Amino acid sequence: MSTGNGSDALLATEHVTKAFGGLVAVEDVSFDVKPRSIVSIIGPNGAGKTTFFNMLTGLYRPTVGRIVFGGTDVTGTRPDIITSLGVARTFQNIRLFSSMSATENVMVGQHARMKAGLFGSILRSPAVRREEVEVRDKAREMLAYVGLAESQFERLASNLSYGDQRRVEIARALASEPALLLLDEPTAGMNPQESARLTGFMEQLREERALTILLIEHDMRVVMGVSERITVLDHGTKIAEGPPDEVRANDRVIEAYLGKREGGQQG
Amino acid sequence: MTRVREWRRHPRAGLVVGVLGVIAVALFPLFRPPLDGLTNDAILALAFVVMALGLNLVVGFAGLLDLGYVAFYAFGLMVTGWWASDFYSSVNDEKGIHVGTSDFVSNLPGIHLNFLLLIIGAIIICAIAGALIGLPTLRLRGDYIAIVTLAFGEIIGRVFANGDEVTIFGDNKLSNGRQSIAPVDQINLPVFGEFDSALNLRPYYWTVLALVLVVLFVNFRLRDSRLGRAWIALREDEVAAASMGVPLVKTKLLSYAAGGAFGGISGCFLGPFYNSVNANQFQFGFSIFILGMVILGGLGSIWGVVLGAVMLSFVNYWLIPDVLDGEFVRDKLDSLGLEFSFTEITFGVFGFVLVLMMVLRPEGLIPERRRQIELTSGTEGGLDEPGSLSVEARI
Repeated sequence: MSTGNGSDALLATEHVTKAFGGLVAVEDVSFDVKPRSIVSIIGPNGAGKTTFFNMLTGLYRPTVGRIVFGGTDVTGTRPDIITSLGVARTFQNIRLFSSMSATENVMVGQHARMKAGLFGSILRSPAVRREEVEVRDKAREMLAYVGLAESQFERLASNLSYGDQRRVEIARALASEPALLLLDEPTAGMNPQESARLTGFMEQLREERALTILLIEHDMRVVMGVSERITVLDHGTKIAEGPPDEVRANDRVIEAYLGKREGGQQG
Repeated sequence: MTRVREWRRHPRAGLVVGVLGVIAVALFPLFRPPLDGLTNDAILALAFVVMALGLNLVVGFAGLLDLGYVAFYAFGLMVTGWWASDFYSSVNDEKGIHVGTSDFVSNLPGIHLNFLLLIIGAIIICAIAGALIGLPTLRLRGDYIAIVTLAFGEIIGRVFANGDEVTIFGDNKLSNGRQSIAPVDQINLPVFGEFDSALNLRPYYWTVLALVLVVLFVNFRLRDSRLGRAWIALREDEVAAASMGVPLVKTKLLSYAAGGAFGGISGCFLGPFYNSVNANQFQFGFSIFILGMVILGGLGSIWGVVLGAVMLSFVNYWLIPDVLDGEFVRDKLDSLGLEFSFTEITFGVFGFVLVLMMVLRPEGLIPERRRQIELTSGTEGGLDEPGSLSVEARI
C-alpha cells in the first residue's frame, strides 16, 4: 500500500483508521490528492467512504493516522477551522438549512471569511454594513454561477426542487472559497443529462476556480469520465488506486462490486 | 441595506407603525393614576418581555433548550441585593461605598451603586454565568442540554436560598437565605433623579420600556447578522453549520451569554422595583414561566415572544388574581360549592393555556417568518427532518 509520497500533494492521509468501538469503518487508508486534480473514491455501500470524508472535514477524529492539508497537519482539527483552511463539502443527503433562503444558506457558507463580531453586529458599524452587502452580493453571484434561477434566490431551501437544492449546496460550499471541494455523491437522484451537466461543471470549476475536487460517486459514467485517479475502498480498506482504466480492470475491484468469480478467470 | 424584507417592501410603513406604537405604549401610564395596579402589571409584563427575548436568543434562535433560565434572573436580582442595599453594612467601617447614588442613599451603610452600574454588573456576571453553563452542554444535544441547564438553574437557586450559610470575603454572607434582602435602593438615573415606587410608578414604567426597546433593537440587529445566521444554521443542522465554518463552541457560548445578559438586565430592574430580593423566587417554575412565554408567542419570533410575554404575565398578574379570583367568579364558584382560589393553581392555568396553544396553534401566536412559511407551504422537495440527521458528528 503506497503512502502519501509527495509534499506537492494538496491533501494527504497517512494510515488513517477510524474505529467505532469494535467496528473498524476505515482501516489504514493512505492516499494523496494533487492540486487541481479530480479524484474519486468509490466502493460498495458501507465501504467507509463517507466516514473517510467526515474525517477529512473534521467531523470525526481519526483513531489512528494523520491528515495533512496544504502542508498543515489537520488531524482532529475542528471542522470550522478546516473549512477556513480551504476545505468545503457537500453532503450525501442534502443538508441545507431548511428554514433559510437559498441566499442565506450561501451567506452562512461565507461565515469563516467574515469578521463581524457580537458588538459590531449590534452597532452595525460601516465595516459590518459593507461586509453584509458584499456577502449578500457574493452569495447571489455564487447562486448564479451554479445555475440557480434568480427567481429562486429568496425561496426557502426546503421549498426548492431537488436539483436546485443540490445546486445551492454546491454554491454554499464554494462560498467558503475552498481550495479542495469534497462532493459526497453529488449525482444521487439525478438523471443522466443532469449528471453529465454536473460532470462538465466539475471540470469548469477546476479550470475557472483552480479547485481540487474529491468525489464520492456511485455513477460509474461520471466517475470514469471525470476522474484522473480513483481510489477504491471496500470494507474500510483501500483495495485499489490508479487511473480509471487501471481500476476498471482491477480484479479486486471487480470482485468487490460483483463478487468472486468461479475459478478466478477474467475476460 | 439588509433590513427585514417586509420593511424593504414598505420602507416607511414599518417605521411609522413602530414609532406610533412606541408612543402609544409610552403614553399609557399618563392615563392612569401614578400608583396604579394596571401600570404595576404592565411594568412586570415589560420586564418579562426583556427576559423572554433573552431566552428566545438561546431557545428560539440557536435552538438550545434552556430550562435553567431562572439562574440569570437570580443573578440579576442578587446584583441589586449585593450592590444596592445595606446588606453588606460592615464594609468601609460601616460607612458604606457609594457610587452615583442620591443624597439620601449616600448616608446609608452598605454598597450602593448607581442603577446603570448595576445593569453593567448584571450583564457581565450573567454573560459569564451563561458561558459557564454553556460549557458542560457543548458536547450534548437536545434533551440532554435541557437536563443540564435545568440542574444549573436549580443549583444557583439553591445556593442563593442557602447563601446565609456561605461566607465570602471575611464575614460577609453570600445572600440572606430564605429571608429577603430589603430595602433595595430605588432607581436613580442621571437627569431624572431618584424614583419612588411608593408614590409614582411611571418612571419605572418608562425605564423598563426603554430597556425593552434597547433589547428589541439588539435582538433585531443580532438576528439579521452573521451571528444570527450562525445561530439559526446551528439550530437547523449542527453538522452542516460546523462544516460551513461556523465554530460551534464560540457560537453556542455567545448565545448563552447574550441570552443570560438579558435575563440579568431584567432581574436587575426588578430588584429596585420589588424593593427587595427574595431567594425563594428562584424556582424551576420561573424558568418554565419564561419558556412558556417564548413558546406561546412563537419560538424564534421576536414580536411573537413580546406578545407571549405580555400575555402570560397578564394572565399571571391580572387574569388569575384579579379576574378569576375576583368577586364575580368567586361567587359563581361558591354557589357551585367549589371553594378554591386560582392563585393556588397558577401553573395549572399556564399548563392549560400551553396545551390549548399546542392544539390550536403549535407554531405560536406570531410564528417566526421562517417557520410560518415552512408550515404553510406544503412539502414540495422538503428536506429530511433535521432530527434524523443529527447522529453523525462527534464534536
